[in-house]
Amino acid sequence: MPWNWFDRPLPADWPGGYWWHLLVFAVFIVGLTLTMVMIFIYLERRGVARFQIRPGPNRCGPFGIMQPMADAIKVLFKEDIVPDKADGVLHWLAPVVAFFPALLILAVVPFHNGAALVDLDIGILYVIAVSSISTLGVVMAGWSSNNKYSLIAAIRAIAQTVSYELPMVLSIIGVIVLTGSLSLNDIVARQSVPFIFFQPLGFLIFLIGLMAEMNRSPFDLMEAESEIVAGFHTEYSSMKQALFYLAEYAHAFGGAAIISTLFLGGWKGPILPPLVWLLLKTVLVFAIMFWARATLPRVRIDQFMGFLWKGLLPLALINLFFTAAEVLVWPDGLPLALIPINFVAAGFLIVVWSGLIKFGGGRVAVQ
Amino acid sequence: MPFNRYGAGIARGMLMTLKHVFRQPITTQYPEWRLNNSKRIRGFELVWVPVKCTGCTTCAKACPQGNIEIVTSRGEDNSYAVDKFEVDIGRCKSCGLCVESCPFEALFMSRNYELAQYQRRKLVQGKEEVRMSDKKQPSAYCKPWLEASMPAQSLLVNGERRGR
Repeated sequence: MPWNWFDRPLPADWPGGYWWHLLVFAVFIVGLTLTMVMIFIYLERRGVARFQIRPGPNRCGPFGIMQPMADAIKVLFKEDIVPDKADGVLHWLAPVVAFFPALLILAVVPFHNGAALVDLDIGILYVIAVSSISTLGVVMAGWSSNNKYSLIAAIRAIAQTVSYELPMVLSIIGVIVLTGSLSLNDIVARQSVPFIFFQPLGFLIFLIGLMAEMNRSPFDLMEAESEIVAGFHTEYSSMKQALFYLAEYAHAFGGAAIISTLFLGGWKGPILPPLVWLLLKTVLVFAIMFWARATLPRVRIDQFMGFLWKGLLPLALINLFFTAAEVLVWPDGLPLALIPINFVAAGFLIVVWSGLIKFGGGRVAVQ
Repeated sequence: MPFNRYGAGIARGMLMTLKHVFRQPITTQYPEWRLNNSKRIRGFELVWVPVKCTGCTTCAKACPQGNIEIVTSRGEDNSYAVDKFEVDIGRCKSCGLCVESCPFEALFMSRNYELAQYQRRKLVQGKEEVRMSDKKQPSAYCKPWLEASMPAQSLLVNGERRGR
């Protein structure tokens, strides 16, 4: 038995016929998402606590692992309040619309060679298209709540979406140029070396875009407590609030799975089964996210827009140009010698470009 | 730093929080661990010293709640014998007026602060519960001579931080 026996592809209709395949994977994805949301909430609360020299929740069960359960039960028993002049239907529908794209993203993520709910030819395009639907949920929540803070949050959500989508998609195109395929399974299969080595800048841009997409700190402008109470879910309570919370972490899981698939080699890895490798990489990406959350203060909305439009978008374009040039020169796969060059170029570009960005009325030097 | 404008601040911040991961958490896990309190803490309970008490009921009169109940009888050599000294800690607001008013320094505030009980009636402290014991030591509140005998103020962060 070879050491990488896990890499053998599964047949497209793996557990049996067509319907069996759909049923097994649908149940698996829903179950995995809910489990990972629990695990992520626990990891984030403990992790952020450790970054802040606290122990974190450690009372509920061994090491506090039952804390997410306890929170969920507490939230479910709360009173469901709908504001008097709220748009009832939209108010009810918004958490659902915010939540289900996270599940839809996972439909195309391969957990094993060839093991996805559907291995779409246009997988990554589908991911981009579907993942921005959750913004619609946020906008619906903000609009229907009949609350000025929620509305501001909704408007911010739209502005944010328009800003982060472009650099994110452009950094994905870098990967697509390298593989020549939009299918996520193909992208993983062609990563003999994880693409983070050939696309360090693309990885960074995609990570930042992802953090903006999942509205996590430092980009959690639409739920900025210091400015707009709780943002779009100011008027939400009980299960709807829980669903928004769930949506945030499910989205984090989906996004982390996508970024591991695109840049970190997805299910590939020695010894351990592919599913374990994917989940490990997902948790690693999520760890980087809550590390940033525990460290960085929230940016202002104008800083955010300026950073994404003037900073990341040109960088993503340059990165795309750079990658395309490399692929033109070495069409049969990039040589490994390019890896240090890529990192140096990424660092150089970051330094040069951050010197060129100007926010607002120009930079005021403060000694 | 020359690269402050180029994301070096972010990198330094991230490194800073990364270092925190390897530090002992500052939080004291309260019921199991306790801070070593200053000896000069002013607690919430009364401490009664029966030897010094003459049963004059000045403290009962000073109490704004009318919370101290004292019953005396005639003792030996014509002095008061205190039969009942009862304080309802649940109604006491720890204002300390009784301690201040006591002319014989028979009342003190204690150093205790964990007074929770499961039954309300257990908060009513009779003669035996109110009196000074090993567990109920007087604090130096309103007693300068006692304060002088206490160790100097110690900051919690500098001292031994926790014990089991």
